Amino acid sequence: MSTTMAQAINTALRDALKDDDRVVVFGEDVGTLGGVFRITDGLTRDFGEDRCFDTPLAESGIMGFAIGMAMAGFRPVVELQFDAFAYPAFEQILSHVAKLRNRTRGALSLPIVIRVPFAGGIGGVEHHCDSSEAYYAHTPGLKVVTPATVADAYSLLREAINDPDPVVFLEPKKLYWSKDEVSLPAQTAPFGKAEVRREGTDVTLLSYGPSVPVALAAAEAAVEDGWSVEVVDLRTINPYDDATVDASVRKTGRCVVVTEASGFAGVGAEMAARVQERCFHSLAAPVLRVAGYDIPYPPPKLEHHHLPGVDRVLDTIARLQWDDVPMGSGAS
Amino acid sequence: MTTTSTRGKTPRATAKATRTSSPEAKAASALLPAERPIRFLDEHGARVDEHSGYAEPPVELLAEAYRKMVVGRRFDQQCTALTKQGRLAVYPSSHGQEACQVGGVLALRADDWMFPTYRESVAITTRGVDPVETLTLLRGDWHCGYDAAAWRTAPQCTPLATQTIHAAGVAYGEKRKGNDSVALAFIGDGATSEGDFHEAMNFAAVFRAPAIFLVQNNGYAISVPLDKQTQAPALAYKGVGYGVRSERVDGNDPVAVLAVMLAAVEHGRAGHGPFLIEAHTYRMDAHTNADDATRYREPSEVDDWRSKDPIARLGAYLRAAGALDDARDAEIKAEAEAYAASLRERMNADPVLNPLDLFEHVYATPTPQLAAQRAQLAAELEAENQ
Ligand SMILES: Cc1ncc(C[n+]2csc(CCOP(=O)(O)OP(=O)(O)O)c2C)c(N)n1
Ligand SMILES: [Mg+2]
Repeated sequence: MSTTMAQAINTALRDALKDDDRVVVFGEDVGTLGGVFRITDGLTRDFGEDRCFDTPLAESGIMGFAIGMAMAGFRPVVELQFDAFAYPAFEQILSHVAKLRNRTRGALSLPIVIRVPFAGGIGGVEHHCDSSEAYYAHTPGLKVVTPATVADAYSLLREAINDPDPVVFLEPKKLYWSKDEVSLPAQTAPFGKAEVRREGTDVTLLSYGPSVPVALAAAEAAVEDGWSVEVVDLRTINPYDDATVDASVRKTGRCVVVTEASGFAGVGAEMAARVQERCFHSLAAPVLRVAGYDIPYPPPKLEHHHLPGVDRVLDTIARLQWDDVPMGSGAS
Repeated sequence: MTTTSTRGKTPRATAKATRTSSPEAKAASALLPAERPIRFLDEHGARVDEHSGYAEPPVELLAEAYRKMVVGRRFDQQCTALTKQGRLAVYPSSHGQEACQVGGVLALRADDWMFPTYRESVAITTRGVDPVETLTLLRGDWHCGYDAAAWRTAPQCTPLATQTIHAAGVAYGEKRKGNDSVALAFIGDGATSEGDFHEAMNFAAVFRAPAIFLVQNNGYAISVPLDKQTQAPALAYKGVGYGVRSERVDGNDPVAVLAVMLAAVEHGRAGHGPFLIEAHTYRMDAHTNADDATRYREPSEVDDWRSKDPIARLGAYLRAAGALDDARDAEIKAEAEAYAASLRERMNADPVLNPLDLFEHVYATPTPQLAAQRAQLAAELEAENQ
């Protein structure tokens, strides 16, 4: 059945509301309107105002309230309307959501899911296209998840809601209306397990969320240039699956990290560093990054210059010292 | 049940009436808004006496407000049309809110500061900013278009309520320099739930900053109606807890908005600190072109508000006062048409944007890394052009 990512997320919320009375969904415009992206469409109608409700317009309030409700035994799934509108909630997220388990030696835990429509590629104006994953990923105590496929959107969200710890669930806006042949409920690999989305032998493209389709398109285009490209989708940024990444890079001997977010001090830097540390002796070339520029997210008419595209990925692959032979690769 | 209500209400009311008020209660009542929203005009534009002693603005200023509102509305309609044609990335209309858009601005001097939100395109053009410059960002460019320093008008602010603290800071800064300018921050009803709004009022009050917070209460924050937003008896009461002089006004009565705005400006210039104005109004269009308002409000509600149209009300009043006739009205409408036609024509072509400009103003001097990234993009663009 052809299903969109938006439908998958909506269905995951529905199924969670059905299965567990403790689940509550709230945020700005999630009730009557069904969310500005219609992700919560029909939830208030079908489950009642107690289960899915609009809050006053205050993100710090939404987060703090979720913390309190979780302490009272609920499992809040909150929507922060856009990436950049999550920032007023940072105090609560960084100082409390991420730390309460630790500060109470596990006596209090916060099974909260923070849903954030994030990243660009939709022609949005300022403050509507931020790649904010690095802020969350840099905060110990938070799990950070971002689906790239429709099945993952469903399965990872269900797992996030069941997780005993807080999960920041980053939904790539530009993939909301992407379709896959999937029937729901779908069950995919658990948190902490990366997926090889395409097998190849010459180079590994490492990416997650909104950048996975770009990596796949580049891999397809690379065939013409004679490269066999493997694509790894992290799925969950934290927990991080070193094993799958290592296995891929040790096989191919080359690695390019592809992220839409600005490169400087981003999640891509962590990915590159880990590969360098763990796979040094298998590498024929330095790990390179293709990332957004270190500039505020550009406006609709210019965003395509900023976003890593197929050409930029191919140009980067071309710089991977193809005249050298990777050590220990066994290639001749 | 009955006993509870007797205990809860009557004794307290009696106590209030018999005891002399404490200094705190007196101070609080000096800050409180009038019993009813200030208005000078009824729904048909007839003069009423519900203005609690606020002075009526001079008729020349009202006539100017009328002209600006007619032009502003025509501009707003043109923007909506341009959005449908794909010329603007997004447009939040202020159709119906012209009394606030124009009344807020006409009370200001050129050296006063203004902090508009995404909804304030009409307020910005009313200040005199070129309409195409005003629309730069909404058109899909990366900057605000106009000279924010020269116009003393901050870029339109989207992160809700954040601009209100800037207004408090700039108002205080100008005061420290010995200037008697004020700072006007626009804000919506929904955004008064954000913490920043409360911090802004507190800072403004503590530092006696001449900041004016003009809350356009249009009843909705996107889809969320006011009764889900707050249980305050009125938004204007939010000022009292912070020591901010507060007032409520009929936001579709341009005379009332201007009268209270002028008083707030005077209050600030005279060193009495901040002022909060809650203006009751309504946005006739959806939140933005991307919104479907039929999902959360009834057409009958929109029709009700159509009969309180601020332009019609002021027009009727000016005619009765002999300050507007058919000939003058036709002149103004022709001016509005010409304004719209010129905008249409100037917006007809896509702006020429240079992607390399994206690197120019991140810092005063680009970092070495940015310079390298700029060079990379330049090389890509060159390769594309070959
Ligand atoms: C901090 C923040 N959260 C959420 C949003 C998304 N958003 C944009 S406008 C809006 C509603 C604002 O309502 P109100 O303050 O009443 O102003 P109005 O749009 O009615 O003029 C919301 C939720 C935002 N811009 N900033
Ligand atoms: Mg509003």
